[in-house]
Amino acid sequence: MTATQAIATSGLPGAPAKKMPKAGVKNRKLLLTLNVVSVVAGILLWWALSLAGFRLPTPVAVVERAGELIASGTLLTDISASLTRVLIGFALGTLVAIPVGFLMGWYTVARGIIEPWVQFFRTIPPLAIIPLAIVLMGIGEEPKIFVIFLAAFFACVISTFQGVVNVDRTLINAARVLGSKDGGIFIRVVVPASTPFILVGMRVGLGASWSTLVAAELIAAQQGLGFRMQQAQIYYDLPTIFVGLITIGILGLLMDRILLFAERKLTGWQERR
Amino acid sequence: MTASPLVTPRGTDPARISVQGVTKTFDLSGDEFIALDNVSLDVADNEFVTVVGPSGCGKSTLMNILAGLDDPTSGQALVNGKAVSGPGPERGVIFQQYALFPWLSVRKNVEFGLKTAGLGAKERREKAEHFIEMVGLSQFADALPKMLSGGMKQRCAIARAYAVDPTILLMDEPFGALDALTRVKLQEQLLDTWSQEKRTVVFITHDVDEAVFLANRVVVMAARPGRIFDVIDVDLPYPRTEDMRLSPEFTALRNRVWHSVYHQNTGTAAESTPSTQTA
Repeated sequence: MTATQAIATSGLPGAPAKKMPKAGVKNRKLLLTLNVVSVVAGILLWWALSLAGFRLPTPVAVVERAGELIASGTLLTDISASLTRVLIGFALGTLVAIPVGFLMGWYTVARGIIEPWVQFFRTIPPLAIIPLAIVLMGIGEEPKIFVIFLAAFFACVISTFQGVVNVDRTLINAARVLGSKDGGIFIRVVVPASTPFILVGMRVGLGASWSTLVAAELIAAQQGLGFRMQQAQIYYDLPTIFVGLITIGILGLLMDRILLFAERKLTGWQERR
Repeated sequence: MTASPLVTPRGTDPARISVQGVTKTFDLSGDEFIALDNVSLDVADNEFVTVVGPSGCGKSTLMNILAGLDDPTSGQALVNGKAVSGPGPERGVIFQQYALFPWLSVRKNVEFGLKTAGLGAKERREKAEHFIEMVGLSQFADALPKMLSGGMKQRCAIARAYAVDPTILLMDEPFGALDALTRVKLQEQLLDTWSQEKRTVVFITHDVDEAVFLANRVVVMAARPGRIFDVIDVDLPYPRTEDMRLSPEFTALRNRVWHSVYHQNTGTAAESTPSTQTA
């Protein structure tokens, strides 16, 4: 929920807030304008610096290189290679993390058994596992997907666990006095109540997956955005490095926005103060 | 005006609720805290009993034991002659913090218990509709709890409790977090509903006015250890009206309860020794 919606609900207690107040729209327009101005100014500064003799490619050179890479199909191949890795690793990590997090939060025995491992291994950056993963799994896709899996898993398992632990006791009691047994309470109270935590975990996990991916590709890959930048570094090909960086940023932003959208749709019921 | 004897309140029917020598102790880092000390209380069918007392007198603990959310350390609570061992559909509970499921609309909240009971979608909807209308929330049936004011939330919670058709309502300071005007309105609505569809009500409050206005009988509790200090009959007729709050009878009763609640330790409680003090 945005600040404007929060204003709408607190300003009109009891009335469903369908229309946003004018002040909110104005505020939003101002923010958007400032965003655009800031980005344009940043690009102009970059341009000025590259013309002033810093060893930077001009924005024009970067756009030209992007055009070439798109035309040759290289950029698309790299993007799809990187996205495939990150999505598989992230999906697997999340799929395993959610049930494990629920188990830890719901059953004391499961928590006692699983927690030391999770707490220990989550302190190890997934990248530090790469040498081990390469030795054990070779240099194919498996070690890369595996470290991405780890990054997503640890971020998501902890927050799912927190979500279950933090479920309001009063809501559980309310369900009990309305006749729910353990199974019903789990499905109808614990799962929806911890959804906000799970989604935050997924966002953190996606960020971690994405940064792990690029680093993994820097070390060993035949294609992918990280690999492309690694190659460009050898030839001092600065425009290609810039194209890679900007692509990684845009894709990361897009994925985060998609999850943020899902978060708003699924957890819009939350009361924010 | 003397407190009624404990064992057979109002009439000769067996008590709907019977609390028998209930003691509840908590372990507070090695120290034993006595929340309830040998508490006994009978509530008759369709009786409206309010429980009032200072904080720490164990009134919420008593409520949790009746609701089946907590077990007594010793003694037992009987409902319809059976020992309480967990929540049951014959006991509806209303919490101070509303406890609405924030991800469900008013309608879905009211339907929650009906779904647990295994009713079909159509039947659930009809029943929910009836109780939503009863508490005056028809316009907001599809609104989420975050859209509702505190008073509306509590009305929704009341509809939700009524929907499963309990014979007993246990209310734990339900109007405690509301402003004075909303509280008075909800008190009247509650009595209105209660006189239409009779229930046995145990209503916990820290508000003396509220305790007297609603009740057939006011149970005054004392703290450290939590115990029943006094039981005061309220012989005012229903329906209770706003004018009644200003009547000398009401004022006298309120003063009596007030004394009983707030002068427990100064030796001036009520006019006489509390008649129901447990040894």
